[in-house]
Amino acid sequence: MLKIIKYVIYDILRNKILLFFTLFLALMAFSLFMMQDDPSKSLISLMSIVLIIVPLVSMIFTTIYFYNSYEFIELLVSQPISRKAIIMGEYFGVAGSWVLSISLSLGIPVALYSANATGLILLLSSIALSVSFVSLAFLVSVLTRDKSRGIGISLIVWFFFSVIYDSLILGILFFFSEYPLEKAVLAMASFNPIDMARILILMKMDISALMGLTGAVYKKFFGSGFGMIFSTLVMLLWILIPVVFAQKIFKNKNL
Amino acid sequence: MIRIEHLSKRFGNLEVLKDIHTSFGGGKIVTIIGHNGSGKTTLIKCILGMVIPDSGNIYYNDSSILTGHHYRSEIGYMPQIGHYPDNMKVGQIFEMLKDLRHNGRILDEELLEAYELKSIFNKPLRTLSGGTTQKVSAAIAYLFDPAVLILDEPTAGLDPLASEILKAKTLKARNAGKLILITSHLLSEVEELSDNIVYLYDGMINFHSTIEELKERTGEKSLSKAIARIMKGGNLA
Amino acid sequence: MNRILLILFMVSLTIVTNGNTIRVDKNGNFQTLKDAIRFSKPFDTILVSSGMYSSVNTFVNKPLTLIGVGEVLLNGFNKDDILIIQSNHVTVSGFKLINSATGNLKDFAGIRIQKSKHIRIHNCDLSEMFFGIYISDSRNVQIIDNSSKGKNGGQSNSGNGIHLWKCDSILIRGNHLSGHRDGVYFEFAKHCRIENNLSEKNFRYGLHFMFSDDDVYEKNIFRNNGTGVAVMYTKNVSMISNRFEENWGDASYGLLLKDIKDSKIHNNSFYNNTVGITMEGSSRINFNNNDFTMNGFALKIWANCIQDTFYHNNFSGNTFDASTNGQLELNSFDFNYWDKYEGYDLNHDKVGDISFNPVSLYSMLIEQVPFAVILLRSFIVYLIDIAEKNIPYITPQAFQDNHPVMTRIAR
Repeated sequence: MLKIIKYVIYDILRNKILLFFTLFLALMAFSLFMMQDDPSKSLISLMSIVLIIVPLVSMIFTTIYFYNSYEFIELLVSQPISRKAIIMGEYFGVAGSWVLSISLSLGIPVALYSANATGLILLLSSIALSVSFVSLAFLVSVLTRDKSRGIGISLIVWFFFSVIYDSLILGILFFFSEYPLEKAVLAMASFNPIDMARILILMKMDISALMGLTGAVYKKFFGSGFGMIFSTLVMLLWILIPVVFAQKIFKNKNL
Repeated sequence: MIRIEHLSKRFGNLEVLKDIHTSFGGGKIVTIIGHNGSGKTTLIKCILGMVIPDSGNIYYNDSSILTGHHYRSEIGYMPQIGHYPDNMKVGQIFEMLKDLRHNGRILDEELLEAYELKSIFNKPLRTLSGGTTQKVSAAIAYLFDPAVLILDEPTAGLDPLASEILKAKTLKARNAGKLILITSHLLSEVEELSDNIVYLYDGMINFHSTIEELKERTGEKSLSKAIARIMKGGNLA
Repeated sequence: MNRILLILFMVSLTIVTNGNTIRVDKNGNFQTLKDAIRFSKPFDTILVSSGMYSSVNTFVNKPLTLIGVGEVLLNGFNKDDILIIQSNHVTVSGFKLINSATGNLKDFAGIRIQKSKHIRIHNCDLSEMFFGIYISDSRNVQIIDNSSKGKNGGQSNSGNGIHLWKCDSILIRGNHLSGHRDGVYFEFAKHCRIENNLSEKNFRYGLHFMFSDDDVYEKNIFRNNGTGVAVMYTKNVSMISNRFEENWGDASYGLLLKDIKDSKIHNNSFYNNTVGITMEGSSRINFNNNDFTMNGFALKIWANCIQDTFYHNNFSGNTFDASTNGQLELNSFDFNYWDKYEGYDLNHDKVGDISFNPVSLYSMLIEQVPFAVILLRSFIVYLIDIAEKNIPYITPQAFQDNHPVMTRIAR
């Protein structure tokens, strides 16, 4: 598996698209920090950009990469290598490249301009977010053989999580505004990795506003370490569950 | 060497393999023939572990291939059309496979040398012609000196000279006691190489016999006529 | 007013120094404070030496100066009040008081001042108190450089640090109040001055006053109190150069203004509160030169507030700068700095050329549906706010700063 990871990372480095994205994100982060006198304000702008772009690019990139590697995967499957090693090798290769990409593109500017807890949590959440969308992309890719369909589904998944899902939450909150929905809202937010990453960052960035919420559950959630631990765990599940399913499906997939 | 027991596979509504039950021994070249869509490639892919059967089992040296992947270190596979990672160079694919498949055995680089592939080691795989890609595939299949070789339409894209080199190599391997499974449409090639013929018809094995038996049964002198007759007449059994 | 107060105190001090000096000592003639007071004549000075003395309901009923010399501990043993002052011209200093009673029967206190004038309490440390210093029906009292700590009884089972009821001309300076229900509590206390106090970690309010007109609050720090500072039903208040910090919670704010009129709130700093200022039914208040930094909401202004002016304030790092619950806004904003302002300044007069509306649609939405705060900084919220900014429809248009300054106002 380590060898496959090595080849995948090598391959991704050579195809330069991720390299361009890394530079682009770094450039954007640097310009945001340089345009503003107040780094905490830049961090807010960076957060909104990251929450949209990172899931989109990691999802689409991974899906395309997976389909482009189909031949390579086929070749590997006919070799004395277990399917688990193949799919996990591919996965860790892609996910590892993303961890590297985000760590550099966001890590360096954040370390230079905003080396504090909020900066760190933004960086870690972005990494977790990109890896969770790599996982989702793997799941989508093993589900359908057709490349354009796979990319289409990936786009829909991204759009669903970044726009539609939150609109639904907003709609439900309005519609049932008389009901004590606090637990339901937290549960709903847990079912969206972008929301989870966002809430993780909010807990450092806007905790004073979040503490304005009524209700004991919110208070417990945001006022103690519980919310941090819960969100981190859910984020990990968002990374783990799709890739575990992807692996199970791939194990019995006809190539 | 390879035993297939009651193997069935369907893709959606289409039953591709129906209760395939046969076995192949070493030191033989077995050619699998049949119409397009008769299940040849699916059968090969089942043996390679690329397609998971719905029911039945395949044994390599009496252990099931469905539960492990180590048996594949004894299989060399030459696909009909070799697809390789676009970014890789010819040399790198060999290096990578050696890296992934090191089994301590001496590498068989005869084809590598006969096809003079080392001279194109720096070329990216995507720039190769179909024939050259086939040469690469053939060299890869034989590289690890496996006990079983699976060649899917091996000579389809090869020039006559390269074809001859491959045939010679294949016969040599047979004589060394290896099992070679070939799918082919070229009857002359079939006649030239095969010890046994498997005829797949509509997902079932129509017959599995030697060329002599086949000629005897059909009463034809030439293999091509015998086969043509079967294909037209359908069932022989 | 203050000058008169000062002169009165000068006079009172000269009177005090005219008496005899009595010593209280564990081995002396007077072994308790009570004995000494009983023996003393008006305007005597009683010096108490180091040691622990029982003091339950020690009445000071003549003009006296009580001074603790060294480590003097007056212990109430949780039985009742510790010191009760019922005379004019009393000075108490240098004591440590501990263990006032707790309970619902009455407002037990460390030092109780009743119907007295010209009292001075300074350099006393009170701890394990129900109420710290309880002043009623008194005037011309100075409470200076004391500290009072509550008993950690929670909101329902603790009293106030400094409690004033029906008082006039009181000076409260340099005290440290913590662990009480309210740090400082005023009801019907007029013409008072509260300065340089630190009120923190109290269960309810750092400062709480009602019906207390003409008071001045200056250079105090109100930090991390249960709900912040609440001031109500009062007019002509000045709150200047105070700090309101770190008050977090669903009903928490740096400062709650309820029915406050004709007041000045200048040069204060509101830092890291859930809400900087919550304002209801308040009018004709000038907010000048305040800094609102890192609050959840800098301002929550209810629609029943009118004619309030916001001038030269800095708003930066707040999640929301302002929110309101209605459409009608009759307050004015001018020449403030808003870090969320995205306008331009083509004529380089350091004032933005287009106006700024600090109320976002989303902040109004949260007023309706508080749980929606969970969507803060999500893409959909961003879309909603952009749409509203370009086609204003719901946010109150009167609620805007026509001269937003381009750079943070230096203090």
